[in-house]
Amino acid sequence: MTATETPAASLAHYDFHRRPEDFVHWQLDVDGPIATLRMNVQEDRGLHDHYRLKLNSYDLGVDIELAAAYQHLRFEHPEVRCVVLTGNLDRVFCAGANIVMLRTSPHAFKVNFCKYTNETRLYIEDASDHSGLKTLAALNGTASGGGYELALAADRILLVDDRNSAVSLPELPLLGVLPGTGGLTRVVDKRMVRRDLADVFCTIAEGIKGKRAAKWDLVDGVAPLSKWDDAVSEAAKELVAASETPTGAEGVRLEPVAPRFDEEGIHYDLVDVAIDGAARTAAITLQLPDDVGPKSAADARAQGSGWWFFKLFRELDDALLHLRLEYLDIGTITLRVVGDPAVVTAVDALLADAADDWFVREVRLFVKRVLKRVDLTARSVFAIADEGTAFAGTFLELALAADRIYLLNDPDQPVSMGVTAMNGGPFPMSNGLTRLQTRFLGDPSRVDEILGEAGVLDAERADELGLATVAPDGIDWEDDIRIALEERASFSPDALTGLEANLRFAGPETLETKIFGRLSAWQNWIFQRPNAVGKRGALQCYGTPNRPELDFTRT
Amino acid sequence: MTAIDYESKIPNNVDLSSDRRLQRALEHWLPQYIDWWKEMGPTDFNNNDVYLRTAVSVDSDGWAQFGYVKMPEYRWGIFLADREKDRKIGFGDHLGEDAWQQVPGEYRNWLRRIIVTQADTEPASVEQQRMLAHTAPSLYDMRNLFQVNVEEGRHLWAMVYLLQTYFGKDGREEAEELLERRSGNPDHPRILGTFNEPITSWLDFFCFTMFTDRDGKFQLLSLAESGFDPLARTCRFMLTEEAHHMFVGQTGVGRIIERATQIMNEHPKDDPRKHGVIDLPTIQKYINFWSSSSNDLYGGEVSSNSANFFGSSLKGRAWEQKNYTEHTGLDQMKEVTVWQDGKLVTEQVPLRNAMNEVLREDYIEDNQKGVNYWNKILDKAGIEDFRFRLPHRRFNRNIGSFAGLHFDIDGNPMSASEWEARKDEWLPSEADKAYVHSLMQKCVEPGKFANWIAPPPKGINDQPIDFEYVRL
Repeated sequence: MTATETPAASLAHYDFHRRPEDFVHWQLDVDGPIATLRMNVQEDRGLHDHYRLKLNSYDLGVDIELAAAYQHLRFEHPEVRCVVLTGNLDRVFCAGANIVMLRTSPHAFKVNFCKYTNETRLYIEDASDHSGLKTLAALNGTASGGGYELALAADRILLVDDRNSAVSLPELPLLGVLPGTGGLTRVVDKRMVRRDLADVFCTIAEGIKGKRAAKWDLVDGVAPLSKWDDAVSEAAKELVAASETPTGAEGVRLEPVAPRFDEEGIHYDLVDVAIDGAARTAAITLQLPDDVGPKSAADARAQGSGWWFFKLFRELDDALLHLRLEYLDIGTITLRVVGDPAVVTAVDALLADAADDWFVREVRLFVKRVLKRVDLTARSVFAIADEGTAFAGTFLELALAADRIYLLNDPDQPVSMGVTAMNGGPFPMSNGLTRLQTRFLGDPSRVDEILGEAGVLDAERADELGLATVAPDGIDWEDDIRIALEERASFSPDALTGLEANLRFAGPETLETKIFGRLSAWQNWIFQRPNAVGKRGALQCYGTPNRPELDFTRT
Repeated sequence: MTAIDYESKIPNNVDLSSDRRLQRALEHWLPQYIDWWKEMGPTDFNNNDVYLRTAVSVDSDGWAQFGYVKMPEYRWGIFLADREKDRKIGFGDHLGEDAWQQVPGEYRNWLRRIIVTQADTEPASVEQQRMLAHTAPSLYDMRNLFQVNVEEGRHLWAMVYLLQTYFGKDGREEAEELLERRSGNPDHPRILGTFNEPITSWLDFFCFTMFTDRDGKFQLLSLAESGFDPLARTCRFMLTEEAHHMFVGQTGVGRIIERATQIMNEHPKDDPRKHGVIDLPTIQKYINFWSSSSNDLYGGEVSSNSANFFGSSLKGRAWEQKNYTEHTGLDQMKEVTVWQDGKLVTEQVPLRNAMNEVLREDYIEDNQKGVNYWNKILDKAGIEDFRFRLPHRRFNRNIGSFAGLHFDIDGNPMSASEWEARKDEWLPSEADKAYVHSLMQKCVEPGKFANWIAPPPKGINDQPIDFEYVRL
């Protein structure tokens, strides 16, 4: 990242693919089944010059490296079973998100920053649930705010008991906002801390120390300084033992994704993003290869990050992040998958057959994450299924993730969609349901019917099955699409974000939906209120000579 | 535990005999405190009579009563300076409001933090100094050490009184933890780094009482201004005792200098070490170490906490009422030099955020007076080619903008390798420490002084210098 302006004011581009040897803020050491990831934030190397990352506080650049570290471990070190997440400072583990950074960031950036950090925390939990990669938060000093929230994403939390170090969520008393990275949800929903104790905890800025933190279940254990290293090592070994046996596999190297930026948009080998600044749209095209390529897990693994399927989703992931953080006025994304649906059914067959192979499993889990990233992108998304497209199987999930599916239904211009086993479970949404289950919440039998139609579908049949929002013929097609995009672009972007977030996640609530739907919504409301960001709001005043002046009216 | 005769055992002016809540808290805490003293204080001298000053009231007759006492039986009292009628808050956002007689809920946690941090330093220094008496250079000095120790213990009491009286259950727990943290303990060290440095020689001790206790003075001065009246009154009384500690430090170093100059004048061609005294450059190195380490105690140059504490009228500046006419600290900037992007940068910082630096500047100015006093000893001895000085405030810092960087004694930046190569010019080397330690031998015959230190001009409380200050 070379940005020197705030993200809203410039089009400097983030680099989401830094390798561990180039990390600025973290040290990653792998020793057999245990990796140690040490937070070592460089004060003067934040993304921007107007704040200093004191006391292991973080900005987006620090979190990008954290996400990259987990991605690195999952693919390059499949032998690792436990990550020990700890800090390099004396008496402080991590002070959370940098407050000056937050205060001086535009609202849109704050929201996207929190969303990215939340996605990273959830990815840490996903690695534990599905890859047997456990995390031990070894809090060698005070963990406050986002520092404690990061620890909450771990499987176990160990806190040093030096009669001084504490865990805390000081956002409310100090800043007049909420912990924005899932802290409140995880305290009561994951750790199941009693709500009244949680209430007390969240109002004490300095937090809760040692034994009481353990008694209140805010941490899993405490250890004195002299026994600290042993306690950490023992807990890590326990987590390794509880995890599944590693296969002894060798990892694959992740080559960096290399976007090319120009006036037209963002370009990759298999993904292209065409930006229309005037219409405020981005057209994303995913290009399938002519040939499915690897026929076995071993072949796919041999190609590693060069395997087209993996590469394509890595490029799409990168494109989504650039769009979210750098192209703020692009309100609508259109999605097209171009190619032969037979290639998709073939690759999906490999994904299904080789689900036990660690590499294929990791790729599937990665695709699950990218698909969730689409669900959680606060832009209108339209899937455009026109001639030459192949929304089948894994790629049908992209269409199902969209707010609308436009399907060209014209015998002269045949369009194929398709269903595979990949639509039946491997890629759940945040709500724990598949996209088909969510789409047909009122008619679960429809899901079985569609899954029973495995194979390639023509447009007529796809429409009958309820896979199209609108299915115009060739005569109306272009006008319908144009009008839909123009109309969409005219609506209030705030209202659209709210509308889409409400409609996308029907069905049950999960920790994830609560974090993104409930916590984030409240946080974003509070972030806008004068009591936080007004001239004398608490967030605005923090660290300045002024004390906040609150409006005590309850809404 | 059955009823304690509070008034005779614990001198106080807080009406302890009718304060049931405080009594109950103390019943629990007092035995733990005594245990702590017996375990972590100057343990080997628990049974000796020591000629100590005890405060039995805050008036001029009562605050300094002298007599022999065994330290574990010392009457640690609880004293607040007299209440000022209708006192108003003198700074910050609550300027002009009535001073708080109870803790404002809004600031409860901050206040507790401030009090705990201050309180933690008091028992720490007792722990740091617990073995020193074994190498006392005289009975006079041994007694001064014990006086400092018992008064640090009393300062702990003063802070514990505030925690127990005003902070409920949390306060009582914090009071107990003050006895659980231990200086230099690998498991639960004292909160501030300086208070985990062992004090192993008398030169360290004198430098500590000169420089580190002077930090205590300035912290107390700023808390004596607090809008929370019980804290302000407590600190005002503590200041009267702190002055003696700095006297011990300043005159202690002065007597070492005086003795060195005598040898230098008697044997101008010899290395003073040959005659068993501490040479001036070595003394300067100890000054460099302790003054720089104590500079850290003021915290970062630019600080949100300092702005919060001043803004909320909890912690003012030293002599806020006497030295300043403007007390909000708003709409004013202060020039602060920090390290940024590999160079020194002078920034304009809102005054409230620079309060740490304001206090540090006052402190350094006060230190300079002590250095001037030492240089007068050189003047008097006719030594012309050496003068003591304070190191630059950037030198050897571990907290704030200059932490982790390297600066020479004049504050010029230097590389890590240059620092490694030259640091022994400025800080005590292993050889210096070994030499100083080699001099530390007990000298306890009444009226006798170790060879490396001059006797004081007069004794304690008008007693002769050869008075038996400690009965061994």
